[in-house]
Amino acid sequence: MTWTPDQPLIRMRDVHKSFGAVPVLNGISLEVMKGEVVCIIGPSGAGKSTLIRCINALVPIDSGSILVEGQELHDPRLDKLALRRKVGMVFQQYNLFPHRTALDNIMMAPIHVLRRDRASVEAQARALLRKVGLEGKENFYPGELSGGQQQRVAIARSLAMAPDVMLFDEVTAALDPETVKEVLATIRELATDGMTCVIVTHEMGFAREVADRIYFTDRGVIVEHGPPAQFFAHCRDPRTRQFLSQIL
Amino acid sequence: MKTPASFPAARAAPSALRVTLAGVPALPIGGRHGIMLAVFLAMSMAVAQAQTGPAPPSIIATMLKWTPLLAQGFALNIAMSFLAMAIGTAFGFALGLGQISLLAPLRAGARAITQFFRNSPWLVLLFYCMLLLPFEVRIGNSIVALPGWAKATFGLALPVMANVSELVRGAVQSIPSGQWEAAESLAFTRLKTLRMIILPQCIKRMTPPWMNLYAILTVATPLTSVVGVSEAMTLTGDILSSEGRTELLVPMYLYLLMWFFVYCYPIARATAALERRFAVY
Repeated sequence: MTWTPDQPLIRMRDVHKSFGAVPVLNGISLEVMKGEVVCIIGPSGAGKSTLIRCINALVPIDSGSILVEGQELHDPRLDKLALRRKVGMVFQQYNLFPHRTALDNIMMAPIHVLRRDRASVEAQARALLRKVGLEGKENFYPGELSGGQQQRVAIARSLAMAPDVMLFDEVTAALDPETVKEVLATIRELATDGMTCVIVTHEMGFAREVADRIYFTDRGVIVEHGPPAQFFAHCRDPRTRQFLSQIL
Repeated sequence: MKTPASFPAARAAPSALRVTLAGVPALPIGGRHGIMLAVFLAMSMAVAQAQTGPAPPSIIATMLKWTPLLAQGFALNIAMSFLAMAIGTAFGFALGLGQISLLAPLRAGARAITQFFRNSPWLVLLFYCMLLLPFEVRIGNSIVALPGWAKATFGLALPVMANVSELVRGAVQSIPSGQWEAAESLAFTRLKTLRMIILPQCIKRMTPPWMNLYAILTVATPLTSVVGVSEAMTLTGDILSSEGRTELLVPMYLYLLMWFFVYCYPIARATAALERRFAVY
């Protein structure tokens, strides 16, 4: 089966996952079209991080099906490296490589994984740093950058692989309110440029503004989903209402 | 009265007993130990001098006379320490990587070897190497003699190997899992992740305990005198028996101690300095 852009870029069907005896995902189904921005919200412990980590096979699933561009992830013969070239991921804790400069962090994977030539990668990496507003920080080590700056380097690092979809796992949760803005602005710009994004977030205002669709998860299931206007104004499930009343 | 703080080493003293990364105890020597050694040496020379009759040459003159020979022996100690460290580090690194392998049998094997040599007395390993290794080996058509010091060096390299193996394992496991995840999500293979992302960060963490291990190895090299290697300790014994003067016993051995101290103390200081510098993680 070949994938065409009119089909969902990501299609999860009845995904189950337990850590030992603890069930985390209890039948998750969702679809993300190309160019769509999907926000996943929900209380802590709802399985949001696990859900997003399944999409680039950092977490193997127990049962169900995940198709990314038509490729089944729940398959022992899966070429994980090929998958991960298509799916970029940004983490809550940035996870930059502390022994390399900002520029090196961005250049490492394109040079050593994609085997592209150094000169073109460097030009691209400098352009990406400029894009995330960090021109002049090329030779800074991660330890010398603020949290927000590190997170933007991490976004640039993922973008350098030219992924088809970007996963954001609570990328502003470790930042102070001031720097949250810079990072959200960067993601907003990406979304406007047409990048397919799956965003786990606690920033409701941001989700409402940037998302094409919002999924609300609780205890390992999708409780409800819909476009932001409809979702925030007319949510039907009492669990969603309770969550929103606490957070807004 | 001088406060203890006037000796830089006295300030470092509380850290001297700290257990380092992989559980190798830090070598607890400080500057005050050197001063104590020097004082003991001076006192013992004075006592020895007072006990001697009119005829024999002074203690200092005797010590100076034998210094070139002692230096020769000490050079062998250092050479053995270098070689054992190099061999032990090379094999230990491989063994340590084996301990974090994804292949269960390799991991179990590396773990067993590491634990075996880490928990064996150094002297017993030395004896085994002296007895089990041949005195010559055939490489192709030529026969290479294996002198005692070479066998002893190999014997010392075994516990070094096991300790380095643990250092590598401990350092790799101390790197936050986020580093692995970030590398994985960028499609790095496991091998590339290790080589380009994990190990470079480990080297920094491993250097202080590795230097500490070297200092421990160096002060352990006189063990080889028990198996007949003509290093500084053996030579000191030979010198004493040829002089036949019992009053020389204490000053000569103290003199030998000074040699080791002067060599190892700067290493201990450098280790402590590096630990402080790398502590900002």
